[in-house]
Amino acid sequence: MAKAARPPNSAAATGPIRLRSRHLLSIADLDRLEAEALLDRAETFVPFVEARMKKSDTLRGRTLINLFFENSTRTQSSFELAGKRMSADVVNMSVKSSSVSKGETLIDTAATLNAMNPDILVIRHASSGAAQLLARKVDCAVINAGDGSHEHPTQALLDALAIRRRLGGVEGVTVAICGDILHSRVARSNVILLSMLGARVRLVGPPTLLPAGVDRWGVEVFTDMREGLTGCDVVMMLRLQLERMQGAFTPSPREYFWFYGLDAEKLAHAKPGALVMHPGPMNRGVEIDSSVADDPAVSLIETQVGMGVALRMAVLESLAAREPGNS
Amino acid sequence: MRPLFIANARLLDPATRLDATGGVLVERAAPRGPDDPGGHILAIGPGATAPADAEVFDAAGLAVLPGLVDLRVVTGEPGAEHKETFKSAGRAAAAGGVTTLVVMPNTQPVIDDVSLVDLVMRRATARGHVRILPAAALTKGLAGTAMSEIGLLAEAGAVLFSNGDAPITDSRLLRRALAYASTFDALVAHRPEDPWLAAGGCMNEGEFAGRLGLPGIPAAAESIMVERDLTLAELTRGRLLLDMLSAARSLEPLARAKARGVRAHASVSVHHLTLNELEIGDYRTFAKLAPPLRSEEDRRALVEAVASGLIDVVVSGHDPRPAEDKRLPFDEAAFGAAALETLLPGVLSLAHSGEAELLDMLAAVTVRPADLLGLPQGRLAIGAPADIAIVDLGAPFRFDVAALRSKSRNSPFDGKLLQGRVVRTLVGGETAFETA
Repeated sequence: MAKAARPPNSAAATGPIRLRSRHLLSIADLDRLEAEALLDRAETFVPFVEARMKKSDTLRGRTLINLFFENSTRTQSSFELAGKRMSADVVNMSVKSSSVSKGETLIDTAATLNAMNPDILVIRHASSGAAQLLARKVDCAVINAGDGSHEHPTQALLDALAIRRRLGGVEGVTVAICGDILHSRVARSNVILLSMLGARVRLVGPPTLLPAGVDRWGVEVFTDMREGLTGCDVVMMLRLQLERMQGAFTPSPREYFWFYGLDAEKLAHAKPGALVMHPGPMNRGVEIDSSVADDPAVSLIETQVGMGVALRMAVLESLAAREPGNS
Repeated sequence: MRPLFIANARLLDPATRLDATGGVLVERAAPRGPDDPGGHILAIGPGATAPADAEVFDAAGLAVLPGLVDLRVVTGEPGAEHKETFKSAGRAAAAGGVTTLVVMPNTQPVIDDVSLVDLVMRRATARGHVRILPAAALTKGLAGTAMSEIGLLAEAGAVLFSNGDAPITDSRLLRRALAYASTFDALVAHRPEDPWLAAGGCMNEGEFAGRLGLPGIPAAAESIMVERDLTLAELTRGRLLLDMLSAARSLEPLARAKARGVRAHASVSVHHLTLNELEIGDYRTFAKLAPPLRSEEDRRALVEAVASGLIDVVVSGHDPRPAEDKRLPFDEAAFGAAALETLLPGVLSLAHSGEAELLDMLAAVTVRPADLLGLPQGRLAIGAPADIAIVDLGAPFRFDVAALRSKSRNSPFDGKLLQGRVVRTLVGGETAFETA
């Protein structure tokens, strides 16, 4: 197999990680060794992003375009910072100011951007598969920063990094992903990645917010939150959009919070000291109680955001290293 | 004109289950209108011989079958000629061995008026290469609120009544339409899909859609409507065609209804017989079809149902979409595919793979659809219109959408190896297509 022929990424992760895939569209583009090497490499960037002097010239002269068809503050700024800290030229395009709203299609946009010769395109789009479509039409590396309800691979990687830094590893850790699994790209990427890294993954949510066929995903599925949390090391809450709570998928926000919102009482069913995660932005008092979200003893939420830049630096560096024009 | 004698052919006639080597003698006269059969079959069989004045076509190694009868074709004429016209659809049909096709009424304007039926018939005769017959809208404007002039439309030449892809949700209206249509023995085609269960969906609901993060259309959206439609057909004694089934669970109620003598029939598209949801793969919009491609278990059940005759008819479901409607993210892309040129290779593939008997599959695209409409074609019989496809059944080729004759070139078969090429197509004995 090609995997065996590839020189292994060193455990020390002293340079860009060699990836088989040219793009990062799905966690499935990575194998376990690659994912672990990326996490190792990201670890080496953590002190760097925490230092006062935060600039390297790894990506000097390279162009990163952030193409965001959906609003995002943290993911977009995280990619932007990651690029800038490695001296890439970063261009942000958001849909409201672009010609997409004038009837131009994603493919037209892709062709236009491609003509500008970027090295890396980061795309977020409301349609599942949009990143795949873009990747087929451009010559540069494409990073999926969230496509519809499909995947958000860098979020899963930074989640794994945050877990690893706090618990020392992912292998054997029990993670309950709770809430709107049906519409969550974060859940899909995390199911693949955390399972790949040896975690035991559980999904918890009301039946209306669980995808059809989820019983064949190789994870444990719970509709009772207390049961689902019992014995967990990590509780990963997902965002539930307000409009989905008002009768369409669940009867009301207060009923949702009563049965599926994370508060100290429900968290008490998890292992003592269990950690709480949330990809943000949070609906406080709806899916998560502030007392839990803001408790530094259990909340990993700020760590997640902090890991984002370091992780994305590792990803950008690895994909840029594969592109022609870089030695 | 001198008659044509096709010699040394493998004669395949599903109507009589004939499979023998022999010849066919046909009279040659292109049909001058929708009611004109044109040339007839004058002689057929192992013993048929060429009269002295006949032109002889040596079909050694080739098969002769009745030209295909396709009950479900969408063109863009009138109103969206950039998608497909009668001319381009006719050319595609002839190249695919399809000699009779029924065009759906979901055009702009909707074919819900006698004058529009007339327009379709005149234009289609003048411009098509094959017999093009109009289906009329079952409800005015396909709006599903008031029935169209079923009797007058039938008299004008509409061969069946369909609401296109828009299901009729008002059960009382469908009940009345079925009851009213029974006066004229008109065939009512209804595509069963509960619009609420299907809302927002773009592929089969299930594990694969869940992984792709795409909203699904559950099989129940179809089977619930199938049950309702069959109940209404039984209640009214109307003639119902369940238009393009996709789900195995629709078959059990159909079998029950047929056993009780309900005048119900069903069709399936060639795509649903030969492909499953996995064709979507990495969000390939060419495999986005309505109804959606379903699971492999569904596909197998559908093949079995065609072979047993439970599903009466295989259609192309031809609904070509221009490139700009397909080059979009999956959820935004249009449903539909060009299929006139792959109907025959598709049904043949099931015989080649050993999944079904050749004559059973051919019956579903020839004599059975012809009988549903009461048409004399679709069979190799003396006196039948000389609509014939001469086919190299085993000829392998890699199908490339770029070679399609349709105006819009998209198909889930793109890049696949297929077998069975049409060598020559006759309509009323006249050549409508011939390989160079």
